[in-house]
Amino acid sequence: MSVTMVSLTIDGSPVQVPEKTTILEAALAHGMYVPHLCHHPDLKPAGICRVCMVEVEGQLLVSCRAAVAPGMQVKTSSPAVDKVRRAAVELLVADHDADCLACGKADSCKLLAVSRYVGIEPDRYETLRAHRLRKEVDETHPFIRRDYNKCVLCGICVRTCDEVQGVAAIDFAFRGYATRVAAIGDRPLQESVCESCGECVVRCPTGALLPIGFEKPAREVATVCPYCGTGCGLVLGTRGGKVVSARGERGHSTSQGRLCVKGRFGWDFVNHPDRLTTPLVRKDGELVESTWDEALELITERFARYRGRQAGVFGSPKTTNEEIYLASKFARVVMGTNNIAQVAHLCHANTVRGLIPVTGSGAMTVPVWQIKDAACHLVIGCNPTEAHPIVGLEIRQAVRRGTKLIIANPCEIDLCRLPHIRLPLRPGTDVALLMGMAKVILEEGLLDREFIAQRTTNFEAYAESLRGFTLEQAEAITGVSAELIRETARLYATTKPGLIFWSMGITQHSHGHDNVWALAHLALMTGNYGKPGAGIAPLRGHNNVQGATDLGITPPWYPGYQFCPGYELFPRLDKFKSSKEKFEKGWGYELPDFPGLSTVKQFHPKAKGWGPGEMWDLENQIKLWYIIGADLANAVADSKGVKRALQGAEFVVVQDIFLTDTAREADVVLPAACFAEKDGTFTATDRRVQLVRKAVEPPGQARPDWQIICEIGRRLGYRGFDFSSPAAVMDEIASLVPAYAGINHARLEQEELRWPVASPDHPGTPVLHMGEFIRVGKAEFWPLAYTPSPELPDADYPLVMTTGRNLHHFHHVITRRVAGLNDLCPEDYVELHAQDAAELGIGDGDQVTVSSRRASMVTRARVSERTMRGVVFKPIHFCEKPTNALTSAEHIDAVGTTPNTKVCPVRVEKVQSSA
Amino acid sequence: MHLYRAHVLVCAGTNCSLKGHRAVRDALTREIVGRGLGDEIKVVETGCFGLCEQGPTIVVYPEGVLYCRVKAEDVPDLVGIHLLKGRRVDRLMYREPTRPVAVQTVPELDYFRKQVRVVLDNCGVIDPDSLEEYIGHGGYTALARALEDGPARVLAEVKASGLRGRGGAGFPAGLKWEFGAKAPGPIKYVVCNADEGEPGTFKDRLILEGDPHRILEGMAICGFATGARQGYVYIRGEYGLSISRLEHSIRNARELGLLGENIFNSGFSFDVEVRFGAGAYVCGEETALFESLEGKRGEPRIKPPYPTEVGLFGRPTVINNVETLANIPAIVNRGAAWYRSIGTDTCPGTKVFTLTGDIVNEGLIEVPMGMTLREVIYDIGGGIPGGRRFKMAQTGGTSGGCLPESLLDVPMDYDKLAAAGSALGSGALLVMDDTHCIVDVARVFARFFLHESCGQCAPCREGTLQLHHILDRFTAGRGSREDLALLGRLAKTMAGASLCPLGQSVPLSIMTTLKHFEPEYLAHIDDRACPAGTCRPPAGGMKPAAAGNGRRGY
Ligand SMILES: Cc1cc2nc3c(=O)[nH]c(=O)nc-3n(C[C@H](O)[C@H](O)[C@H](O)COP(=O)(O)O)c2cc1C
Ligand code: SF4
Ligand code: SF4
Ligand code: SF4
Ligand code: FES
Repeated sequence: MSVTMVSLTIDGSPVQVPEKTTILEAALAHGMYVPHLCHHPDLKPAGICRVCMVEVEGQLLVSCRAAVAPGMQVKTSSPAVDKVRRAAVELLVADHDADCLACGKADSCKLLAVSRYVGIEPDRYETLRAHRLRKEVDETHPFIRRDYNKCVLCGICVRTCDEVQGVAAIDFAFRGYATRVAAIGDRPLQESVCESCGECVVRCPTGALLPIGFEKPAREVATVCPYCGTGCGLVLGTRGGKVVSARGERGHSTSQGRLCVKGRFGWDFVNHPDRLTTPLVRKDGELVESTWDEALELITERFARYRGRQAGVFGSPKTTNEEIYLASKFARVVMGTNNIAQVAHLCHANTVRGLIPVTGSGAMTVPVWQIKDAACHLVIGCNPTEAHPIVGLEIRQAVRRGTKLIIANPCEIDLCRLPHIRLPLRPGTDVALLMGMAKVILEEGLLDREFIAQRTTNFEAYAESLRGFTLEQAEAITGVSAELIRETARLYATTKPGLIFWSMGITQHSHGHDNVWALAHLALMTGNYGKPGAGIAPLRGHNNVQGATDLGITPPWYPGYQFCPGYELFPRLDKFKSSKEKFEKGWGYELPDFPGLSTVKQFHPKAKGWGPGEMWDLENQIKLWYIIGADLANAVADSKGVKRALQGAEFVVVQDIFLTDTAREADVVLPAACFAEKDGTFTATDRRVQLVRKAVEPPGQARPDWQIICEIGRRLGYRGFDFSSPAAVMDEIASLVPAYAGINHARLEQEELRWPVASPDHPGTPVLHMGEFIRVGKAEFWPLAYTPSPELPDADYPLVMTTGRNLHHFHHVITRRVAGLNDLCPEDYVELHAQDAAELGIGDGDQVTVSSRRASMVTRARVSERTMRGVVFKPIHFCEKPTNALTSAEHIDAVGTTPNTKVCPVRVEKVQSSA
Repeated sequence: MHLYRAHVLVCAGTNCSLKGHRAVRDALTREIVGRGLGDEIKVVETGCFGLCEQGPTIVVYPEGVLYCRVKAEDVPDLVGIHLLKGRRVDRLMYREPTRPVAVQTVPELDYFRKQVRVVLDNCGVIDPDSLEEYIGHGGYTALARALEDGPARVLAEVKASGLRGRGGAGFPAGLKWEFGAKAPGPIKYVVCNADEGEPGTFKDRLILEGDPHRILEGMAICGFATGARQGYVYIRGEYGLSISRLEHSIRNARELGLLGENIFNSGFSFDVEVRFGAGAYVCGEETALFESLEGKRGEPRIKPPYPTEVGLFGRPTVINNVETLANIPAIVNRGAAWYRSIGTDTCPGTKVFTLTGDIVNEGLIEVPMGMTLREVIYDIGGGIPGGRRFKMAQTGGTSGGCLPESLLDVPMDYDKLAAAGSALGSGALLVMDDTHCIVDVARVFARFFLHESCGQCAPCREGTLQLHHILDRFTAGRGSREDLALLGRLAKTMAGASLCPLGQSVPLSIMTTLKHFEPEYLAHIDDRACPAGTCRPPAGGMKPAAAGNGRRGY
């Protein structure tokens, strides 16, 4: 598309800009200042501050709204302009607090810039000030301070909330001089739909909106958000060795300067007094402060004692790729075990392991920034607005621009506020729904036959498995009408490119891999792979859980999805080859040849579902656990069993940044550095490998995980653990992991790289599976069948509990130590449908008991219509009300070994007050 | 159709109903039925006659005798003397201020003699709730004719008529329709602006109450000419009677197929919905009105784009005032040439004015464009009551300018009034006698704008506050010459920098008071004196009135 350029002159100098550019943009683009307040490059022009006036052919024009025209002669200053503009600015300045010296925006304040430019006459200004009304400063929100004595009513915050965030929580309220920006009903922000993202604060041109307790940083460091897998660019501000601020990085292609509430305001845990600062060693039953030497000596001695099948190692998706790689290497080399696990086994293992035999990879096929290029979004079993907020934003913006949205979820998620088709399916019935959709696509010939023929195999077997399945069955199983399933299938199959988002709602089932296969098949049969904006977007939970799966802290593979003994126990993986020899050579040690146990199996050895029958009834064999950065005592289903296992072990080392419930069960606790205190890389959900940079020193004696792991390895006498820096670790990764072969820290300083990066001159792979499927060449279909969830509601436990996260928290440890996030969401709840609540005599806010077959606890009821009838939702964040004490670990998935936490029958009863 | 010997028309306009027309109507019906005259005489509620000050008013036809300030107790006389015996009830007849004798019938009245009724043709004549009566008076023939003539001819006729928008700006209606017709897109709208937020203006209400079908017909013709299928009437929520009449009329018109699908089998479909405004003055501004209709906060949009390009719900929209639309059926029926024979060259047709303030005949009148202010005030309005002196007249509502005695002979049309430094606006005419203090009047204007600024744009939001405070200082005897300079500066800024016409026109009313009555301002500032004697601040620096004949504050 060629752009028509327009020539004009501004203050006599000729400039050329694309047509439709506004005069203001043209001037600013050519380095000519025109005073402005309500203009913001991210937003549509409003034209309401009226200070950007210019003169064109004797006429005053509002330059932020007026487009350039050929031959136009613009004067940014003239007697007529100056006169009106100065008076207009005076009016604004007169109604503005003049405590600039004490104001947090002083160095970037637009009003100050404007008034300095036009010049203010003090006398008149004093007269004008006489009638100001003082307004209350609003500090009720934990993060956002609103001072309307400094507000110029430019509406930037209002437009940001609407146009950038898609929330429209705030608007102008009242009229005339009383006009003010307010949330609905003039209630506190946090009682509105406000998502506390702070985007308005970032763009406010004056000191009207500031972060509470704002301190100007002395230095800034660009790094990556430590919360979810979206991988937003975060710039940490520090002073005096402390983190004092955070902002989004505007040039970042994923987040473009945006951050969610956790990313923007959730950094304070770094400075929390609860941070572990010294090693702790259990003495006389108590964990007491100790020294590194004492702790490491103890560890060296015990680690040498329990190797092989007796040892279990946990790596952490919160840590860097380099640390993850070292954890995998440490487990196999030093501990001689394949019992290397991580919390991903509780979430996306079904996706990752499930899709390797299907399409070669379970990773997101396109960059986050291509979400908007999809014509159709199928959002199933996930709630991006709360769990992956910036992805949620991209979806919102895409839908605003015309992308079709299909939402399959038992709960009414926030995206339901957009135009969409909603499939309210019963929890655990996804396969039936997806088979129904596939059936329609098949029957109505909406397939991409060419794609199927050229790029896939085994389609016939898959089609055959659909033969006996009817839409009526789908309706009966899912509760979604056949008609709606049909309509959705047509929409998805005919609106391309299509992108499928999913998360825990798909995978946390004992048949999760069937769900995943069904989704991939849907994309395959419609040819939605290998094209920009097309494919799958399994949204990864932790900041670096993608890296954690890539780099092998999982039993069946070494770093880089290269298989090790035991992989053949997973369905359909047996067609691949083992890489044991390669790694024995690479690492220089003989490696274990027995299958490792993944997370649930390590603690619940009798969990059924994975491997041959004899594996379903193992004895407890692990005597030693080395747990890096994982609060397993809360994360794993049937958490009481986890604590029992930890208590029964011979020796437990937990390495973390806080004293978690898991750490409380340990014999030695090692203080680790957090993301802000070390260098390394994280891999985001869209395969982007990004540098994490050290901003401050770790507190006390805390050390980065990579140093700790290496130190233990060295103390135990192993070679291959002496690295000078994380960059050096990455070089070793590159030498052994083909997808990371071309990655090194120096390149990441310059480039945006998504794996696979085959060599140092390979540009990375924004869109996966172009031309052929990685690893497998052709994708392979597989027959499908619906299996009901193993534990179903009955008379005693009539409701289905489903679990998940909410916007303000991330799991149980970190965000609970950010005071403001706790203020926004202070306590546990169970959310149930109004009609169910009415039948149970439960009102909003009532104390209720939630009981499952395993446990019972009292919490607070939240009554809404967001869940469907018969379904209740309980968040996982509140260790004091441990949701996973309720869930079951009896059945796990054959592929992902994930427990069935999304379908947990419970009973909810009102607590009778004893008044 | 039943033939009656006589009709008694009872004005059921809002003003008369406030004065208790219902009791009169009920008494009349009781009396007539009681005397067994139910078959001979029909009682009809009609729209406003215009003589609001004199209400409740009734007119007895066929003679057209006008009775004023009628109470229920008067009804036995009216029926007994007039309707049975054929004599007039002298004590209830209207007395013109200029003539001591009671005026007999409507056509004889000076008040009506000088008027030309196009828009108000049916008002006070037909039963507004009766579609049959509207049709009986030629209603919907214009629509039928338009459908026959085709959109192009209708457009040409409206353009040729020179009709200009009666909502205030006086933009040529034909041109606007043409823009609307030429705008691309399958969906377009017609909006009737019945927000009428201007204080002292109630013409649109009385038109809607008295002749609702005329508006519907006008809208349908507009829809036909511009290619719209849907119309909205945006009407002030307080206009209960207009709303119920409109809704009733829409139902009736739909039943007869005059609205809805395939009107007159022509293939043209058009329907109208009524939507209520929340009462903010600024919501009468067309783009703020759209915002409000769309369910958002009523804030003006920046123009361009104009409504005929991007209007309601982002679609091309023709928006016209009630009175503008009320002219349409007559223009279509009687032709542009006829229309041009009324009024002035640049402003053909008639204009409806609402007379308020210190004037004998407060109420609604319709006169040819170009009649002088003097004629309107003295010949039709009956002059200033109590023999007091005329001080000034404000034309065009609160955003219009003030004219002193020396300008009484200005002809009233858009261009001449603009040339005289004021505006015709919506046709509000506020008259003030010499008991008012001009500074105080200006302060009241400023207070109105302070209250009505939407607050969106900085110059208007902050400027109205400052203007009000400066004028407040003047009336409190605390003003200075610097303030006066500041006033001028603010006025220029607001006129030049405000976003919408509301803010842009704030200075007009205030600055015309200063222009024509500067000495009175200076008296307040230099002498701390209020010549009219009405500025009496509580703890003020104001001297006792020098030459005050103060009757009341404004
Ligand atoms: C502050 C303000 C208030 C207005 N109020 C009204 C109103 O109440 N009724 C009206 O018809 N036009 C009103 N207008 C004029 C409308 O914006 C618009 O010009 C008119 O509806 C167009 O119709 P016309 O061309 O038939 O006059 C107002 C304009 C402004 C600036
Ligand atoms: S709070 Fe800031 S961004 Fe919002 S209107 Fe006021 S000055 Fe503008
Ligand atoms: S979306 Fe995820 S990565 Fe981005 S700021 Fe929020 S938590 Fe951090
Ligand atoms: S001029 Fe006044 S009414 Fe018009 S947009 Fe500005 S603040 Fe609102
Ligand atoms: S920047 Fe143009 S009006 Fe505000």
